[in-house]
Amino acid sequence: MTSSTAPVLREIRGPSAFGGGVQRFLHLAWVMSTTDFKLGYFGSALGYLWSLVRPLLLFGVLYLVFSQVIRLGEGVPNYPVLLLLNIVLFTFFTEASQIAVQSVVRRENLVRKMHFPRVTVPLASVLTSALNLLVNLVAVFVFILAYGVNPRASWLVFPIIVMLLATFTFGASLILSALFPRFRDVEPIWAIITTVLFYGSPVLYPIELVPADWRWVVLANPVAALLETARVAVVDSSAPTVVEAGGALVWLPPVIVFVAVCVLGLWVFNREAPRIAEEL
Amino acid sequence: MAPRPIAVDVEHLEKTFRIPEHRVHTLKERALHPFRRTAYEELRVLDDVSFRILQGEFFGILGRNGSGKSTLLKCLAGIYRADSGRIRVAGQLAPFIELGVGFNPDLTARENVVINAVMMGLSPTAARARFDDIIEFAELERFVEMKLKNYSSGMQVRLAFSTMVQSDADVMLIDEVLAVGDAAFQEKCFAIFDSLRAAGKTIILVTHDMRLVDRFCDRAMLINSHRIEGIGAPEEISRRYLDVNFIDAGDDVADDGVLLERAHISDTWTADDRGERTDIGVHGEAVGVHSLIEAREPIPDPEIRVWIENEAGVRVFAASTLEFGRRVPDFRPGERRLFTVRIANRLVSDSYHVSVLVRSRDRPQEISAVRHRAARFSVVGGEHVGGIYDLEHTIELEPVPKEVTT
Repeated sequence: MTSSTAPVLREIRGPSAFGGGVQRFLHLAWVMSTTDFKLGYFGSALGYLWSLVRPLLLFGVLYLVFSQVIRLGEGVPNYPVLLLLNIVLFTFFTEASQIAVQSVVRRENLVRKMHFPRVTVPLASVLTSALNLLVNLVAVFVFILAYGVNPRASWLVFPIIVMLLATFTFGASLILSALFPRFRDVEPIWAIITTVLFYGSPVLYPIELVPADWRWVVLANPVAALLETARVAVVDSSAPTVVEAGGALVWLPPVIVFVAVCVLGLWVFNREAPRIAEEL
Repeated sequence: MAPRPIAVDVEHLEKTFRIPEHRVHTLKERALHPFRRTAYEELRVLDDVSFRILQGEFFGILGRNGSGKSTLLKCLAGIYRADSGRIRVAGQLAPFIELGVGFNPDLTARENVVINAVMMGLSPTAARARFDDIIEFAELERFVEMKLKNYSSGMQVRLAFSTMVQSDADVMLIDEVLAVGDAAFQEKCFAIFDSLRAAGKTIILVTHDMRLVDRFCDRAMLINSHRIEGIGAPEEISRRYLDVNFIDAGDDVADDGVLLERAHISDTWTADDRGERTDIGVHGEAVGVHSLIEAREPIPDPEIRVWIENEAGVRVFAASTLEFGRRVPDFRPGERRLFTVRIANRLVSDSYHVSVLVRSRDRPQEISAVRHRAARFSVVGGEHVGGIYDLEHTIELEPVPKEVTT
């Protein structure tokens, strides 16, 4: 006769944003994002190249226009390098969030058939984009070194900047992906907002060209503040820091926006997660 | 022996879907009609569902499409959240709602197995460690590095099923994943079910196929119209399932008929030629099929129909009061009648089920009473080599002279 100890009955409460075990959450996020990354990589003969060609091409065109035609970069140290770095970082933000908007709907077959922490879906989507960013950054740094910028100790700040950028992108993606199943307008609206942010951030132009009174508005966007910090840390140590550009308290708005977006993202996603499978 | 511990405990589960009559999908619609409250239609999909499953039980959940069984499945699997009530499970529950969740056609079998196993709850390391077992079971050793899109559908199913069997769940929740795959693979799945049973796993099988319930389950539950219609022995539940769902009496009755319960078929039995009740029908002798009907409400212009199915579910015979060729007197409330069909028994040895149905001739979709598999009898004797019916026949064998070809 077998005498098995009766396992404790555990309640099943249905899906949630985070429920289901940390290990499982990490395993899933890792497997899902690396799979997508690999698929993008090996899917076509030039798979990876395409993800590099787009920002490079954009860079080439913008570089010609802004350094040869409009001469926006005149007097800006290492302008081509700055432009390339800005474009790669900002493209990550827009593409990652635009892909993540539809992530829950795209993963419909999983969301409707499996029990797992729902937040894995947008997280894996952003992670895939982040893996692409890392590969692109290798190319960017090769370019930076080739241009003659010497490595400095302040480069060590750069990984933190990238992580903060990815975190902010994830926060925005949480809001977008949670709302998209119910309001399909989220996608075009977000496309417009990212376009506005692109021209409203010091991507193409240095922050010095923005009138002093308006700099705090531009820098209230955490992505803009991060780009400017990356510029000082990596490309040009003589460039103004966020505080130098906008004043002592100018760091406050982007921090508030950063925290607000992340907290709002977690809250919205957590609220939508239990029923998100039913909305699909 | 101490009573077996509970593996799954469901208490008073309720689930209501709110179906918007007009789905507001875009912000523009919102903006144009800011004050319009979306009208919702409330659809109760699960109504006070409570049941318990013991450890090591093979438990069947039987129900038609739309009965609420899929919603129950998704609540158990943790995909939907119930509005109220409680589900508790001992240990880990693994749902198998679809074979090969997360399979990607552009990846190899190896990569897909790891992804799928991680989806099912294994760690990537454990998934890789079990990969050889999985591939061996699926008999796909030669195709490990082939992309999944080059697999035949049968091979994909084999791969998915093998992965599923390797998961560590204490309770397995299986949807009708067996609907796919060829007969040989189904047999293999059945063998897996048997071995899972033998291993003492707790298994919940959600299906609309009563044959699966009959074959595997220790106990079964019938869901109908969003409620539990009954819990009990598989044969009993399967019979209820037929009564409730498939009012499938004659060739002219679609299964979307409604059951009005205007009458009660209180007793159905078979008898020999002397009128003695027996469930043995001797081949070549007469069999009487009797059914006692009690009307509760008036039934105008009634038809009573009896049909016989063999063990495989093939309808071998049907008889009806339509054969009188005239109108049968209306049933009055409380009236009892005995319907008898006498058959010259030419059936081959097998078990047979008798079903009975009562309805009005002009309203064939409205069923006054039905009783599927109300009685069962076995046919013995006779010499037959096959088939389902022993036609009167003679046989001859004679030599044929060799023809001269011209």
